[in-house]
Amino acid sequence: MYRYDEIDQRLVDERVAQFRDQTRRFLAGKLSEDDFRALRLRNGLYVQRYAPMLRIAIPYGLLSSRQLRKLADIAGTYDRGYGHFSTRQNLQLNWPKLEDVPQILAELATVEMHAIQTSGNCVRNITTDHFAGVARDEIVDSFVWCELIRQWSTFHPEFNYLPRKFKIAVNGALADRAATFVHDIGLHALRKADGEVGFRVIVGGGLGRTPLIGHVIREFLPWPHLLTYLDAILRVYNRYGRRDNIHKARIKILVKERGVEKFRDEVEAEWAHLKDGPATVTQDEVRRIEARFTRPEYEQLADVKYPAAKSPFAAWMKRNVHPHKQPGYAAVTVSLKKTGVPPGDMTSAQMERIAELADHYSFGELRVTHEQNLVFADVRQAELPGLWRDLRDQGLATPNIGLLTNIISCPGGDFCSLANAKSIPVAEAIQRRFDDLDYLHDIGELDLNISGCMNACGHHHVGHIGILGVDKNGEEWYQITIGGAQQGRIGRIIGPSFARADIPDVIERLIDTYLELRDSENERFVDVVHRVGVEPFKKNVYANLDQKPADRRRALAA
Amino acid sequence: MPTLIRNRQIVAEPSPPDLVVFEPTDDLAAFAGRIGSLRIIAVNFPKYGDGRGYSIARLLRERYGYKGELRAVGVVARDHLQQMERCGFDSFLLREGENAQDALAAFDDFSEAYQANAAQPAPLFRRRSGR
Repeated sequence: MYRYDEIDQRLVDERVAQFRDQTRRFLAGKLSEDDFRALRLRNGLYVQRYAPMLRIAIPYGLLSSRQLRKLADIAGTYDRGYGHFSTRQNLQLNWPKLEDVPQILAELATVEMHAIQTSGNCVRNITTDHFAGVARDEIVDSFVWCELIRQWSTFHPEFNYLPRKFKIAVNGALADRAATFVHDIGLHALRKADGEVGFRVIVGGGLGRTPLIGHVIREFLPWPHLLTYLDAILRVYNRYGRRDNIHKARIKILVKERGVEKFRDEVEAEWAHLKDGPATVTQDEVRRIEARFTRPEYEQLADVKYPAAKSPFAAWMKRNVHPHKQPGYAAVTVSLKKTGVPPGDMTSAQMERIAELADHYSFGELRVTHEQNLVFADVRQAELPGLWRDLRDQGLATPNIGLLTNIISCPGGDFCSLANAKSIPVAEAIQRRFDDLDYLHDIGELDLNISGCMNACGHHHVGHIGILGVDKNGEEWYQITIGGAQQGRIGRIIGPSFARADIPDVIERLIDTYLELRDSENERFVDVVHRVGVEPFKKNVYANLDQKPADRRRALAA
Repeated sequence: MPTLIRNRQIVAEPSPPDLVVFEPTDDLAAFAGRIGSLRIIAVNFPKYGDGRGYSIARLLRERYGYKGELRAVGVVARDHLQQMERCGFDSFLLREGENAQDALAAFDDFSEAYQANAAQPAPLFRRRSGR
């Protein structure tokens, strides 16, 4: 964990006092609805379908057990006893009272937490790889760079009223586990042969209504220039990004309309003035931030081998346990995707229990993933069976990480006022259809994402299978895309939308098609889509849609 | 009458008749030659959430070396003041209906800033490491 120093703490406390006063003025009628909206959004407070929604920042997804206990306590005291982990590695409370929010923020501040810039047209929570610091393919510890950027972006006086929201992701390992190509800015750490560290700078990716893959505007930016370069990009965007149409205001549209070359030239011209200025990052500052992170004190241990028997524990080992750079340790994903539980939801009691387990098994820390699960990053391999039993008792050991039922989903029409359609019942219907674990493992790696509207909070465009809720004359319909990938591919729409009741059948037909077409178990669903294209899937899905898949299979066999 | 705050003080003063006002879309480079000779420049904020004026202010101060009075006009509200000051404004024509006396407190909302800015050219980390 990064530990605040006295100034970090003071700024968060001052933010609480500021928002308390703003709320007081609003309730006293001295601040208009419109003005207060801009201010409350910058503290994560939305006014939703049934109640306000408060989005609490979990910077780069890193959380201590102490903080999780506080979240459990807040959810119990000020809400209905549960919270929702979002795809932005944040926690959302769906039922707080507006008048209580200043007090909630004050409570968060006591554990070095806040809701600063979790919404509004400003730089949002920085996200990263949930295996940062423990991955075997690590280049740099991305948490350090995320914290540097967090401080730079917090109350940045020039960039608090951008044309639109702004999302930055940092990836510090060889594999991109932070979806850097679908962010406003993606930073991918690189290390040259001579040891010099820098970042590949990717700009203009994003999902939402106009899904676009980002462009590399600089192959290698030496690390001291990180903040001046971000200033240059943001300044060009702040000055020239469109403000006439909310749907064309993201930086991706500016990059697209200007062309990548011209946009890059403008950034470079701006940067020429800022380069080597006072905002140039120093080695001292990087060391200072590094030193403020607590680190696990690993023991010298040997790896532990578990027999690959066919057992529930072995299935969990295979899906939910991940390699670690330190011998004798493993990273473990705690699945929040048990069938029947809305993806990402967790009760206060579960949070309390998870905090205990984190203390016992993983140095009192955990991470929130953009797949809406939790990770214990530093578990002794010898303790994996004990951890598995404890998680299983809580319903948190579903061995489905990377599989079809690990569904990523926004809260959808059950909660969100923007949604066209519900998403949670769709997720549940799919989980129920694919409840056979052997079958699920046979289908193999598959990302399934659901968004209740084109704002794409469930990241449906980058799901191997994506489901999007659409509104047709006041009715809820669902559009299906296939072939998307978090590493930077946008899925393609297979055809006209479906009624909710048809979705499990449609998914089953997609899977049947895949199983027929794959050349081996190693060829994943998404690989087959990329190899053969959308057509064979489309043909199978839309043929005799009124028949049940089982009947149809019999008919085909006859 | 909208109220003017200058250097954190409420002042009663009519605007000069020859006030140069930059709009968000104005091309600063085209004015570069004249900027040094001006005693007062205003930057217009046409909407509560239009943030272009912040960049314009920093450019005037940091790129073009403007030393005179820099005034924020338009939709200028209490909750904008501190960030405007950090971007280089030193006078503020509050929009109609703002309570100027209350607004003065906003300059002290935050006692520190992480970033390099017009008012404090060294970012916090350079001052932190100097301690």
